[in-house]
Amino acid sequence: MFQNFDISLVDWSRGQFALTALYHWLFVPLTLGLSVIVAIMETIYVKTGNKAWKKITKFWMTIFGINFAIGVATGIILEFEFGTNWSKYSWFVGDIFGAPLAIEGILAFFMESTFIAVMFFGWEKVSKKFHLASTWLTALGSNLSALWILIANAWMQNPTGMHFNPDTARNEMVNFFDVALSPTAINKFLHTVSQAYVLASLVVLAISAWFLLKNRDILFAKRSIVVGSVFGLIGILLTIYTGDGSAQQVFKTQPMKFASMEALYEGQDHAPLIAFGITGSLDENNPGKYSFPVRIEVPGMLSYLSSHDANTFVPGIKDLINGNKEHNILSLAEKEERGYVAIMTLKEMKEARDTDPGKYKELRAKFEDPQWIKDYFAYFGYGYYKGENPAKLLPNIVMTFYSFHLMVLLGFFFLLVLLLALIWGVKDRIAGKKWFLWVLVWTAPLAYVATELGWITAEVGRQPWVVQDLMPNVTAVSNISAITVQVTFWLFTLTFTILAIAEIKIMFKQIKLGPKDGGQ
Amino acid sequence: MGDNKMTASVSYIFLQHYWWVIGSLLASLLVFLMFVQGGQTFILGLGQEDTEKTMVVNALGRKWEFTFTTLVTFGGAMFASFPLFYATSFGGAYWVWMTILFSFIIQAVSYEFRSKPKNFLGAKTYEVFLFVNGLLGPLLIGTAVATFFTGSSFKLDEMNHVIWMSPWRGLEAVANPINVSLGLAVLFLARVLGLLYLMNTIDDDNLNVRARKKLTGNAIAFLVFFLTFVIWMVVARGYAYNAETKEVFIEPYKYLHNLLQMPVVLVILLVGVVLVLWGLFLALFRKSDNAIWHTGIGSVLTVFALLLTVGFNHTAFYPSSYDLQSSLSIENASSSLFTLKVMAWVSILVPFVLAYVWYAWKAINVKKITREEVSAAAGETHIY
Ligand code: HDD
Ligand code: HEM
Ligand code: HEM
Repeated sequence: MFQNFDISLVDWSRGQFALTALYHWLFVPLTLGLSVIVAIMETIYVKTGNKAWKKITKFWMTIFGINFAIGVATGIILEFEFGTNWSKYSWFVGDIFGAPLAIEGILAFFMESTFIAVMFFGWEKVSKKFHLASTWLTALGSNLSALWILIANAWMQNPTGMHFNPDTARNEMVNFFDVALSPTAINKFLHTVSQAYVLASLVVLAISAWFLLKNRDILFAKRSIVVGSVFGLIGILLTIYTGDGSAQQVFKTQPMKFASMEALYEGQDHAPLIAFGITGSLDENNPGKYSFPVRIEVPGMLSYLSSHDANTFVPGIKDLINGNKEHNILSLAEKEERGYVAIMTLKEMKEARDTDPGKYKELRAKFEDPQWIKDYFAYFGYGYYKGENPAKLLPNIVMTFYSFHLMVLLGFFFLLVLLLALIWGVKDRIAGKKWFLWVLVWTAPLAYVATELGWITAEVGRQPWVVQDLMPNVTAVSNISAITVQVTFWLFTLTFTILAIAEIKIMFKQIKLGPKDGGQ
Repeated sequence: MGDNKMTASVSYIFLQHYWWVIGSLLASLLVFLMFVQGGQTFILGLGQEDTEKTMVVNALGRKWEFTFTTLVTFGGAMFASFPLFYATSFGGAYWVWMTILFSFIIQAVSYEFRSKPKNFLGAKTYEVFLFVNGLLGPLLIGTAVATFFTGSSFKLDEMNHVIWMSPWRGLEAVANPINVSLGLAVLFLARVLGLLYLMNTIDDDNLNVRARKKLTGNAIAFLVFFLTFVIWMVVARGYAYNAETKEVFIEPYKYLHNLLQMPVVLVILLVGVVLVLWGLFLALFRKSDNAIWHTGIGSVLTVFALLLTVGFNHTAFYPSSYDLQSSLSIENASSSLFTLKVMAWVSILVPFVLAYVWYAWKAINVKKITREEVSAAAGETHIY
């Protein structure tokens, strides 16, 4: 079935989406976290009336503003890219997927942009209380925008609350709350937002540590460290907790992603987690099978992670390709067969519509039959792969494996760093520990690495699906030429890189100027 | 699609109209808010020394987010309520939309980065970015909206996927003088509104005198291009569809018929145009500083009426000149009944959003921008 598709177009479109999303994500987590930190600091100022806290607030607000601007610049493109580059997708699921995006605009972005104006320009124009409320509403607005976009993304990973309408060949929403409150969405939102708080805290700690190393703005830095480490510690605990929840959701709804995260080839009960591993070569004859020259395992841990029971059977890539009768897992070939039946039924139904009303009615009824939906329609997307090499249905396992492991490793590292920062910060012994201050400075970039790795795990691990099991990426792209996408890909690379360099330079300069000079 | 049993339902038809109204309202607010873009086209010339320039940049910079957010929300609302339009227009007219988006990307950073030390590209570059966005934004958005009336060449395949006929991917629209005249009308309207806004917001005699001088020429240009488009529209053959069979056909004087058959829309249009002119009269001959409100509200009403004209009364709002039957209307391009309902619940919050936007706007605008405010370096306020 693949001869109809232009694979290089698909790859460039994926590349472009990944590029723009990863860029957007360089700026978003800091916005999410710093907006809250700034609001906390301003609250302290309003409560205590201490001018020093106002200065602290304004310094971090400046950093927030610079980062915010570029977050907005990179965000607008994502929203329209669904239409420009994934127009078939937009039509197939716009009924469901468009709604969160619209709600995000109406509820979240307006709140954010209205109150951010008061926050920046209102210092002398509105009352202290109104100003403080505006700062909190800005934080609320940005966190709400994260909520709606993550609901949209979670729906693609675990499509719920919908029904396929064969007449229009589209998915339609039947239950809004199933979409908005699916466990995938809730875990995704909490995990993403809490790790954004961690990132922002680590950035605050890094900048403050740098001031201490330079022996300037001591009081400012110490105060920021205390606020940052408390907030960050709460964040990382929530991150780990919800990361665990996310893993369970993935196990339930995206077993291939789960297996890839561990590069687990043969399924097992009491499956071990690889604490540290290096992948070797791919077995030519067995798609998805990698050797592991180095691996250190924690017995039973993967099974535990999947469902909080160390005896759970975790299917491996092999089970998912060849099927496993004992555990009731269909083979890919079987899924392809069933999906193909669904695609053909749809096709015949369309043909019969004008010529054979009886047959049309009969075929249409299938799409309303829950059993048929479960047995056939649920594999709709697999139908496109009938007769293709099963490797086409595997994500990039090596990438998924490493990004997942590194993210988790970094998560526990951040936990340690934040704990130490809090203890030494509260005891006021932090300024004397130069080595630790340097650790803090270098942990901030690692937070960026971890957060990007999280998305790579989530998005690469779900390939080739745009909508899990229903729509593969090849059927989602717009009818455009690969060259067109190449041109915009490079234009984006160039533009965003230039803007990012400008942002970093401005940011570093403002940090050097420090809170004393007001930092406008 | 037409034989979907829900299509017949009254509430479905009502909600399709309702969402077209919301979309049109967002689009007309967007046109008004493009005073920011219009103002940006004066950035290189209006302020003659640094302080003046800073006043202009700051007056506009406190509002750019609203325009931007309205554009984004318009996109989201169309995606949710008319997904086939979203998929067809964005996936088809790729280059027009990409060009518009690029111009907004460079705008978003420019205010914040322009006056910051070590900004890598230099203040001048960011000013040029703002100028480019000011020029291309309104021009291309206006041109794209004109294709709602003039049509584009695309067809939809049996799965409703768009196939665009021109390799220019939407940029070919500029080859049609009618499209361009609406584009230029929107551009000059944005410039007029930009000047009126600056006169309203900045308390500085030199700047105001200069802005008023520039107003005359821009107002005339706007009127010429706008009238060209309106006259064309009144006599044009439009894209209609049969209420029963949904078959699309060309109807002479379609848009004129729509205005006559929907007198409310005609009245909104006339009131809008009169308000726009009244504002211009006040600003030019009565030296009023508050004309932004008359001309602004007038332009919202005018654009709103034009969009209702092209969306209602069995008109195809996104017509294909290549394959008539591929044309989109509010009936065949909308979401399902359920989604429109959910979205209708959400829309109840819109007045609330408008209220707090209005309140916050007033709170910041209580004092006009002055030389003192922007030159008090490292003062209390965030300066661009
Ligand atoms: C600082 C960043 C950071 C840190 C330290 C962690 N995560 Fe994470 N993780 C993310 C940042 C992130 C993220 C960027 O927010 C992702 C990407 C998509 C998403 O929903 O959240 C994510 C996704 C993500 C997923 C995939 C969800 C999906 O595919 O839908 C899992 C299973 C985990 N995480 C699990 C964990 C665990 C068990 C952690 C233990 C410490 C952890 N993460 C730490
Ligand atoms: C901002 C955080 C995000 C990052 C860093 C990110 C990253 C990525 C990456 C790396 C890919 C390419 C995977 C591959 O081709 O192997 C991708 C694809 C994609 N992602 Fe995301 N993503 C993010 C958020 C989202 C969200 C919120 C959505 C939807 C609401 C989304 C929808 C998509 C789509 C449509 C594709 C392309 C289709 C495909 O290749 O399967 N992404 N993303
Ligand atoms: C791939 C899907 C995404 C789309 C379509 C998208 C869209 C946008 C748009 C259009 C803006 C500019 C809004 C404005 O006008 O102010 C923006 C900014 C923002 N987005 Fe995204 N976004 C995506 C991914 C994400 C994710 C995954 C999150 C959070 C979890 C997020 C959170 C934010 C926040 C907080 C802002 C405010 C500006 C900033 O962060 O600097 N976005 N986004």
